[in-house]
Amino acid sequence: MAETPRPRHSFLVRVTHWFITLAFLALLVSGLEIVVSHPRFYWGETGNANTPTLFKIPIPSSRETVPTGYGHVLPDENGWSRYLHFQSAWVLVLAGLVYGVAGLFSGHFRRNLLPTLSDVSPKQLVSSIAQHLRFARPTAEEACSYNVLQRLTYLLVVFVLFPMIIWTGLAMSPSFVSAIPAAVNVLGGQQSARTLHFFLTLALVLFLLVHLLMIVLAGFRNRVRAMITGRVAESVERG
Amino acid sequence: MNKLTRRKLIAGSLATAVGASGLAVAAKLAQRYGLIPPDSGGFYGPGETLTYAAQRLLTRHSLAREFPRSEISKEPFANEVDPLGEEFQRLQQGAFGDWRLSVDGMVTRPASFSLADLKSFPRHSHITMIQCEEGWSYIAEWTGVPLSHVLERVGALPQVRYVVYRSFQHDWWDSLDMGDAVHPQTLLAFEMNGDELPVKFGGPLRMRVSRQLGYKNVKYITRLTLSDSIKSFGKGLGSSAPEAGYAWYAGL
Repeated sequence: MAETPRPRHSFLVRVTHWFITLAFLALLVSGLEIVVSHPRFYWGETGNANTPTLFKIPIPSSRETVPTGYGHVLPDENGWSRYLHFQSAWVLVLAGLVYGVAGLFSGHFRRNLLPTLSDVSPKQLVSSIAQHLRFARPTAEEACSYNVLQRLTYLLVVFVLFPMIIWTGLAMSPSFVSAIPAAVNVLGGQQSARTLHFFLTLALVLFLLVHLLMIVLAGFRNRVRAMITGRVAESVERG
Repeated sequence: MNKLTRRKLIAGSLATAVGASGLAVAAKLAQRYGLIPPDSGGFYGPGETLTYAAQRLLTRHSLAREFPRSEISKEPFANEVDPLGEEFQRLQQGAFGDWRLSVDGMVTRPASFSLADLKSFPRHSHITMIQCEEGWSYIAEWTGVPLSHVLERVGALPQVRYVVYRSFQHDWWDSLDMGDAVHPQTLLAFEMNGDELPVKFGGPLRMRVSRQLGYKNVKYITRLTLSDSIKSFGKGLGSSAPEAGYAWYAGL
């Protein structure tokens, strides 16, 4: 099996990718579990079972004090969920910092993620979107670097969605915002932060689903191997 | 090829060094300043310790956000509590005239205060938010005697590190580190929104810890014990919360 001369993904990108994957899945499971204890959302500073909601998730709750309309109460799993959520958040933040610092120093962001000016021209964008809509598989050359839509999506995820979900999470902490009140005030309040945290989760889940779909379309085994070992099998790539 | 490898190596070791030294510095600071929470053992110990240490360093002198009177929630909410028993009912019928708060442990003058005693002490009010770990919240004005004043009055010994508080809910007890115990917003609260603190919201006496979640704000406080170690209380994890699977520190 012939190998490409340099790894498709650098060692640090690969390691932090899997740490962040693991942390994200743990955050997702524990976060959804915590939401079950109060599946109601509000805007502003406060909200509780006595106040009107912005919206509700139509599921039963793990607390009998929440008026869900369902006759049964789910088991309370918030203890370990909260422990796991915050521990995973630390893994995410620390791995994210390593990735961010390494990305700046190694030129990963500049070289692999920042699109060129000509890439973001309307013509290029339309052509790239059209290519995606046709589910055209990438050529060997294309598979060795990211196209403009991938670059813009990864930039959005790395520099907007993840920082925002960490920020809105911290903005829910009464202790954190006692030190940095602006963190919650500029979001419009503590319940607004919670609601935004939920929508950012949905955005990241949407990214995860599209990411997985693209990997399947581009060749699951080869893409996953590239992210584990860094190697891409040439025969598969050219085949 | 060589150049690329070297560049990656430098970036890699730099990033690893930043991460590792960040952790090492945090661990060292935690040891020196006692930033390790009582429930630092087990699988979730590392995350819990990082959270507690980081927040303690960040919030050493911070005050919980206070709100204008117009922000006070018109519809506050309180979770139901289990029946408090005949003794509580008897006290309630007597308008809590016989309610006592006893203070013991590492103090020079152990004491027992009535509600009237507590209400005669200097009082403090703040309009702050109380958040439940479940996700809901409300804003209220809380009035009470600062815990720091009670600690001064009983002559807390300098080696005290935890204030353990117990309640009429016998399976619900908790403890504060000194940072929160002497914090100006930490109150033994007996009024809410200018009226007697309703029983539903923890009356006649509730521990109000402004920078921590609702479950740290234990209702029906009857006893404070000051100690230099938390090991001998319950399972030694700091409160009943970790024994039920919840974190001792509730700053987030």
